[in-house]
Amino acid sequence: MSRRAEALLALLGVAALIFTAWAAPWLRFVLTVALAKGLGVLGLLLLLRAGQVSFGHAMFLALGAYTVAFAAPSVPETLVLLPAAALLAGVAGLLIGLFVVRYRDIFFGMLNLALSMVFYSVLEKFYAVTKGTDGIRVPPLTIAGLEPVRETQEWVMFGLALGLALLCALGVRAYLASPMGQALAGIKTRETRLEFLGVPARRVLLFAYVLSATMGGAAGALIAMTSRHVTPQLAYWTSSGELIFIGILGGAGSALGPFLGAAAFELVRVYAAAAVADAWQMILGGVLLAVILFAPGGLIGILSGRAQQRPAGRA
Amino acid sequence: MGEWFAENGLLLGLAGLDGLAYAALVFMVAVGLNLVFGVLRIVNVAHGSLFAIGAYTAASIGLFFTAQGLPPAAGYAALLLGAALVGGVLGPLIERVVLRRVYGYEDVLQLLVTFALFMILEDMQKLVWGVQPVFQDSPMKALGTVEVPFGDDTIPFTAYQLFVLPGVAVATLIGLAWFLRRTLTGRVIVAVTTDKEAATAMGIDAVRVTLLTFTFGAALAALGGALASPTTSLVPGIGASTIVLSFAVVATAGLGQIEGAALTSLLIGMGRSAAVYFAPELEVVVPYLIMVAVLLVRPQGLFGVVEARRV
Repeated sequence: MSRRAEALLALLGVAALIFTAWAAPWLRFVLTVALAKGLGVLGLLLLLRAGQVSFGHAMFLALGAYTVAFAAPSVPETLVLLPAAALLAGVAGLLIGLFVVRYRDIFFGMLNLALSMVFYSVLEKFYAVTKGTDGIRVPPLTIAGLEPVRETQEWVMFGLALGLALLCALGVRAYLASPMGQALAGIKTRETRLEFLGVPARRVLLFAYVLSATMGGAAGALIAMTSRHVTPQLAYWTSSGELIFIGILGGAGSALGPFLGAAAFELVRVYAAAAVADAWQMILGGVLLAVILFAPGGLIGILSGRAQQRPAGRA
Repeated sequence: MGEWFAENGLLLGLAGLDGLAYAALVFMVAVGLNLVFGVLRIVNVAHGSLFAIGAYTAASIGLFFTAQGLPPAAGYAALLLGAALVGGVLGPLIERVVLRRVYGYEDVLQLLVTFALFMILEDMQKLVWGVQPVFQDSPMKALGTVEVPFGDDTIPFTAYQLFVLPGVAVATLIGLAWFLRRTLTGRVIVAVTTDKEAATAMGIDAVRVTLLTFTFGAALAALGGALASPTTSLVPGIGASTIVLSFAVVATAGLGQIEGAALTSLLIGMGRSAAVYFAPELEVVVPYLIMVAVLLVRPQGLFGVVEARRV
């Protein structure tokens, strides 16, 4: 997609989001969560660029969410909790990354899956600390010391998510265009050759991993602050699958894809669940199947009229 | 140590027996997953759904048989019938209608296709069997319990879990090893696993082999589910928890190793069941801890072969 088309699409998207949030107040919550999830998926996209599918990325979102839930009673300030959650997830990403970037393909995916399942069961089993599957309620938070009324609070969270989404999308664009970002695609095509060129492939991947974990943490924090309730389900492997789902649904070729995908995903989910309560998963699965079979470029691919192109290709 | 053993010895014995029965079930699922990955190079997330649907189908057929007044032994026919039905119908259906279209695609898309199938099958299962637990244990009751001698004591344990489950798993292991190494069809499957292009160039019909392997793998998963059905109440979510566990087994064992998958199933089954009795809060974690520990030392898995790096 050309630069201008992408900028135009971003502007249109922002306008559409703000208009919908204003015209349909009941969707404000859904859209905020969608933007937050899109942020998490954006991080996942960096790893996909290197051809690595993390099947446990939801653990970083869960980590960010639980950081907010645990710290909120003592520090009920949005502008402190959000960076703190992102930072903590980033540190966790560094520690886990040091271990997992040594592995590729199925082993990379499965190790991430294993670690996220470990985190999941810690959250689920240690009831005394985490309240198990009941989850933890997040108390109302202040924003820059103020205690806004509910509607203002909703708007602030929406604006925060939107601003962060735009900022990160721009950052990711610049990063992917940089030599570090280009090297990621090299890991996918032929890592050995990259090393022959003197590029430390593992460190390149580690950097991307830490970035993606940080974005995941911020996404999780936003979700916790918006939904005001966190459960271990956030870290379960199906949540990680959902993130990959959103990435492919939106299209992995552009930094806008994750947000488009997340908005579509959440809207389909909300309406499918309302229409057929027992079969919303089936409908989402059907949508996913249709996208992969008939428009492998994702929604972004359809919009830019290149539906035939495969996502995460050597763009 | 001696004191601890006197106190917990029986528990340890029980954990061992439980672990054996559990390992047998895990093996049935993991070996099918491994086989399918070998030929299709797709991590089949929907494999766990086949396990779950196999379990539900077998239980339903069993309940139907009981309602018809057939003897409890007919429950065994129900198990086999359920597995054959699910493997024989869903297996070819999934491979031909969906998977065949995405073989040229990227790994992540192939993985997601099976994730989509998983979501669809998961809801389908809820629509057909509901969310209330389904319970049908006549095959297990038919065999009664055995007093297993353990030191000075005996441990009562169901004969089904003691003989049938490990028996079927061992038979599967031996049968599969024989099939893959000694029969023409088996060797063709191994050939396609090793190098699909070379095998095709030698005149092997890879399309047919793929269909065959997937159906076979699906049947193994369904049989695993059918065998598990008498030992537990069937609830939504068993497919999801089964598949992640067999992922752990396959990754720990390394790819393409049947005997390795068997030993790893045993290791993980025993580890998990020890956790159930001695540290219940670790029950879910243990398989993954084993996997992480193994991959830390042996990045290609316990029995995996290091692949040469291509330039």
